[in-house]
Amino acid sequence: MNAATGRADMRTGWSPYAFVAPFVLVFLVFTAYPTLQSIALSVQQTYGPQASRYVGLQNFVGLAHDPLFWKALTNTAVFAAGSIFIQLPCSLGLALLLNMPQVRGRAFFRLVFFSPSLVGMIFVAVIFSLIFEKRTGLLNVLLHRAFGFDPEFPWLEDYVMPALIIAALWMYVGFNMVYFLAALQNVSPDLVDASRVDGAGVWHRFRHVTIPAIRPVGTFIVLLSLVGSFQLFELPYLLLGEGGGPNNRGLTLVMYLYQTGFETGDLGYASAIGWVIAMLLGAAAIMQRAVARGGER
Amino acid sequence: MSRVRRGLLIYLPLLLCSAVILLPLVYMLCASIKTNEEFFTSPFLPRGSGFLGIAWDHLTSVHYRRLFYDYAFGNNIINSCFLASATSILATLLTAMGGYALARFTFRGRSLLMGLVLGTLVLPNVLLLAPSYQLLYRLGLLDHYGGVILPLAAPAFGVYLFRQAFIAGLPRELLEAGRIDGCGEMRLFFSVALPMVRPMVGAFLLITYVGTWNNFIWPQIVLQTPEKMPLSVAIAQLRGVYFQDYGMMMAGTAVSVAPVLVLFLLLQREFIAGLTAGAVKS
Repeated sequence: MNAATGRADMRTGWSPYAFVAPFVLVFLVFTAYPTLQSIALSVQQTYGPQASRYVGLQNFVGLAHDPLFWKALTNTAVFAAGSIFIQLPCSLGLALLLNMPQVRGRAFFRLVFFSPSLVGMIFVAVIFSLIFEKRTGLLNVLLHRAFGFDPEFPWLEDYVMPALIIAALWMYVGFNMVYFLAALQNVSPDLVDASRVDGAGVWHRFRHVTIPAIRPVGTFIVLLSLVGSFQLFELPYLLLGEGGGPNNRGLTLVMYLYQTGFETGDLGYASAIGWVIAMLLGAAAIMQRAVARGGER
Repeated sequence: MSRVRRGLLIYLPLLLCSAVILLPLVYMLCASIKTNEEFFTSPFLPRGSGFLGIAWDHLTSVHYRRLFYDYAFGNNIINSCFLASATSILATLLTAMGGYALARFTFRGRSLLMGLVLGTLVLPNVLLLAPSYQLLYRLGLLDHYGGVILPLAAPAFGVYLFRQAFIAGLPRELLEAGRIDGCGEMRLFFSVALPMVRPMVGAFLLITYVGTWNNFIWPQIVLQTPEKMPLSVAIAQLRGVYFQDYGMMMAGTAVSVAPVLVLFLLLQREFIAGLTAGAVKS
């Protein structure tokens, strides 16, 4: 080993550690440690942040027999289904429209459609708490004037899930559209021309040219929607109150986590709910990879 | 004729959707400048004999004034600005340096760190609520700004994004040339490496700024003193107290939402580039 390379090593030897050290320090203390601690907490029962006792897998057994947990899981799943089967097709439709070569003012439309997703969900909830109001709310007023719809329609009492799905649709339809627009750039114009020359119809072209091209990003958007849906909290929390409205109709998993952990004070039970959410989303992520890869074959 | 119809088929749904999307925001603005007596007389602005059939002289700024004089909303605005600035700057600095080291150096523990980062990338944030609360309690950081900022200051996805950005946008030769010229490692990072990924820096700053500004659950759990609350928590409390004072609620929401929307209007290219960068690559 000669002196020159020795010096070079010494000069850069310490620096990578200096660069990663601040991140690693904060990451270890505030992400890695709490992640491990959440495993430990999930087998404990706590009374506030101090007192706790070991209960083994009782939290998970308790969850399996907890009707409120199942209610929250069902509600969350319904909301997620609404996001995927109502919101994403709308987003894709808008993206296809905006992607047409003759559209002018594309930047303007993109700006308008995207802007609601920057409004924090808690603020969206405050705005929609007025919009969903019976009789005086904007939605019922407009529906009544346009279609003679019942002005007393009780969105926040009996139609909680549609109300949540509508508010989320408003908020995220343009957000997902931007991803679909990016994905549509992968559609090869040559292939579109070729299929047109071959006399393929619009639907045929969509099915065999567009869909395969946007499949990888498409499955990623589905996963992203699932991740977001399973963490739904602010919207029902503010619109319906802590319990999720009458009969817990709008109680979501994260609301239940919040309720057990920070109202009741059982951080252990809350962590167990957290792990159920994590495992469900983990399974979804594995499925997404399989489906996205399946398209490449 | 068919061209006109085709145009109609494209623009009609687009314009209709734009109107529907803008409606709640317009509604919010209109509601914030109506008196509570006139709130229900029309869904938007009160009717009258003025220009466009609107009673312009009935409009009021009383809700905005009450917000600042009776409710000390200015305080909440400052809190939100501080929390969002501190978190976004710290997070950008930490993750840019971390991503740089992972992209351009070989060192012991690099693959371990990369594995940890990728491993936590898939975990949902809500999983950390309960254990982080316990940790902050033990560290004595509950009801302190540090307790809100630090847990959000080292996001794994940031390191991942910056690592990708440095791999794609920073040629090794540039660093070597700098070293031969006798440039120190810290200066090399700040004056050579970081400018090469400037779009990523801008996008990441913006996204973490807006994310922190809009964050509700974390300050709600960590902070207890009303004077320390950001806008997101303040608006939820405002609604709890003044839930029938529609004008004030909408004025508060408008004040909370406007800065973010203006920021977006000015810097939309950076926003969208940053958001799609992660998606298209992974």
